[in-house]
Amino acid sequence: MRFAFSLEQQALRDAVRDLLGRACPPAVVRAAWGADDDAAPALWPQLARMGVVGMTAPERWGGLGLGELELVGVLEEAGHAALPAPLLETTAVAIPLLAALPDGPVVDGVRDRWLGAAAAGRAVIAVGLAGAPFVADAARAALLLLERDGELHAVPRDAARLTAEASVDGARRLAWVDWTPSAATRVATGDVARDAAARALDRGAVAAAAELCGLGRRMIELTVDHVQVRHQFGRAIGSFQAVKHHLADAHAALELARPCVARAAYALAHDEPGTAVHASLAKAHAGDAARRAGRAALQCHGAIGYSFEHDLHLFMKRAWALAAAWGDAAWHRARIATAVLDHDAAPGAFHA
Amino acid sequence: MTVDATSAAADDDGMDLRLTAREQAFAAEARAWLHDHVPRGLPPSGSADGFAAHVAWERQLFDAGWAVVSWPRAFGGRDASWVEWLLFEDAYYRAGGPPRVTQNGIFLLAPALFEHGTDEQRQRLLRPMAAAETLWAQGWSEPGAGSDLAAVRSTAVRVDGGWRLSGQKTWSTRASFCHAMHGLFRTDPDAPRHRGLTYFLVPLDAPGVRVSGFRRLDGDLDFADVFLDDVFVADHDVVGAPGQGWKVAMSTTGSERGLILRSPGRFVAAARRLVALYRRERAVASPLDRDQVVRAWMAAQAYQLYTLQDVTRVAGGAAMGASSSINKLAWSELDVQLHDAALALLGPRAELVEGAPDAVDGGAWIKGWQFALAGPIYAGTNEIQRNVIAERLLGLPKE
Repeated sequence: MRFAFSLEQQALRDAVRDLLGRACPPAVVRAAWGADDDAAPALWPQLARMGVVGMTAPERWGGLGLGELELVGVLEEAGHAALPAPLLETTAVAIPLLAALPDGPVVDGVRDRWLGAAAAGRAVIAVGLAGAPFVADAARAALLLLERDGELHAVPRDAARLTAEASVDGARRLAWVDWTPSAATRVATGDVARDAAARALDRGAVAAAAELCGLGRRMIELTVDHVQVRHQFGRAIGSFQAVKHHLADAHAALELARPCVARAAYALAHDEPGTAVHASLAKAHAGDAARRAGRAALQCHGAIGYSFEHDLHLFMKRAWALAAAWGDAAWHRARIATAVLDHDAAPGAFHA
Repeated sequence: MTVDATSAAADDDGMDLRLTAREQAFAAEARAWLHDHVPRGLPPSGSADGFAAHVAWERQLFDAGWAVVSWPRAFGGRDASWVEWLLFEDAYYRAGGPPRVTQNGIFLLAPALFEHGTDEQRQRLLRPMAAAETLWAQGWSEPGAGSDLAAVRSTAVRVDGGWRLSGQKTWSTRASFCHAMHGLFRTDPDAPRHRGLTYFLVPLDAPGVRVSGFRRLDGDLDFADVFLDDVFVADHDVVGAPGQGWKVAMSTTGSERGLILRSPGRFVAAARRLVALYRRERAVASPLDRDQVVRAWMAAQAYQLYTLQDVTRVAGGAAMGASSSINKLAWSELDVQLHDAALALLGPRAELVEGAPDAVDGGAWIKGWQFALAGPIYAGTNEIQRNVIAERLLGLPKE
């Protein structure tokens, strides 16, 4: 039994951290708030060149063929940087979804046209599952993977009508999508569609959980820096227990959420029967922990953090958005309750 | 569960949550033995009769080689790995095993003896400790030294061949029934607070020792004051060097707060009992009760996964260090949460204690609730743990 990431997985994550540390400082995130459709045009090609955008694509499509255990470390760093780019939608959800669909004339055509392009960073793919009213990054996507009435469809963005929805996180691009299903867009039906959509939801939930862990960590870092510099009553406010305890609780909650994310990634990578429960455990804990980190960070920054000019809100608002997307904590708890309380289907900690 | 017969998973670089064939066999053996031997309905340990029954169980565990699985065979253990230790703990509490009355010896003193004791001490003390022949109490807290442990005022004065100890220790769990006590005494009144302390082993039948029991919150006679009046302790019962008592004590707190004292098995088992209780009480459970149950179950899973990460780190040679404060915060709050959820389910029957005709599960939940409430207080209050997390993990300045 070994419950830790491999050295290669850690090295990839470190490389992404270095890149985003240089290429995605808060000023870039802030600039994305005012941009048009493409929030941060320079970032996506850089991530693609590094292989990150296509990391989940099979090698025949120009990808690295890597799995969730590589992915969650990268996504945590994307969260840490509040990356304003669709790594979650395209790399964590859409590419694996498309790659795993059974062969068929429509699927083959969609893959030939879009998968290599997506892996190379030339085409963004957005995802709209049945439970989500809005599609993130639809406006900058070339292709939309959409679920409706138990079917999955691959719809070119040009064939859909989008109505923008403004998010509290100004770097997010949400849209209401109006579209017409057809035989030409239908890529899965029946059990295949249901299973693919369920797996996509779990992938999205775990990916969001990983980003939330990174967002929480960043907010605590910002606050640890602030409370050592900010003096009141003649000393650093970080020396006060009231401040320490807010941050200690927030840090502990995040540290307890992170192994849940790792466990869920392992379950996805090994296609374990209890994957949905592991995914829900990760998303609920990470969402709650990141929101808590946001509250602690804002409180410990005081009025200084309660300003649009301060960087804190760039991370806090992303955390609010991601905590609610891909199933909020209450939705995931309810899903766990159904499995564990109603169906006696509690997965164990070890490999099932 | 898949068995991996070919590789030793711990040596591989990647994440591997399969159990090795050895781990699998170990767990199966432990489960089978515990299934056949764990006693049902032991009386509480807070009376002489009850304590004797728990000691008899501990001896049975030792004779079968299950008392201290992670210790070397020479001292009665099985050389079990950290993962195997976790598997044993899981099996023990899954089978309904009672809390360990030997814990203040095997979990708290033993780590200090392994790290700071002499060979002679290990040879003389460890086997009788594990076999429940010598029962150990902890002598740390004093009326004026709780969270501020370095404020201990009990003293030890150098004499020919040993030391003379005087003072008062308190909140000493089960000391009324124990044979010996380990704890901190001030040997150099002029040294700075943490420097002038020495770690002693004190026989509780020595002349000048008086042990006076008192009751816990739940009414059990589980605490004691230990009064020492010029008690002689020989040199061979000093652990570590004189003046190094704080260092010795800290090797204990790492294990006390962290993994060893409260393995996840205990809470995972409690979460399983909570789920069983929910199933029985489903008809009267509100949606909010249901949410509280699932939250508690989830918190138990998170703590278990956190500890799997710990054992991987420790097996790789890392020290637990200050992160053990996160463990302590997590298990103590988790225990409260588990019992809180159960009491909410029971509603008006929550207050019924053992012996009441309508008490559910023999009143175990209200009993366990009272014990759980001690968790955030003992082994270093959670306020102290939060200070440790903030100062040593996050790097915030001392007050």
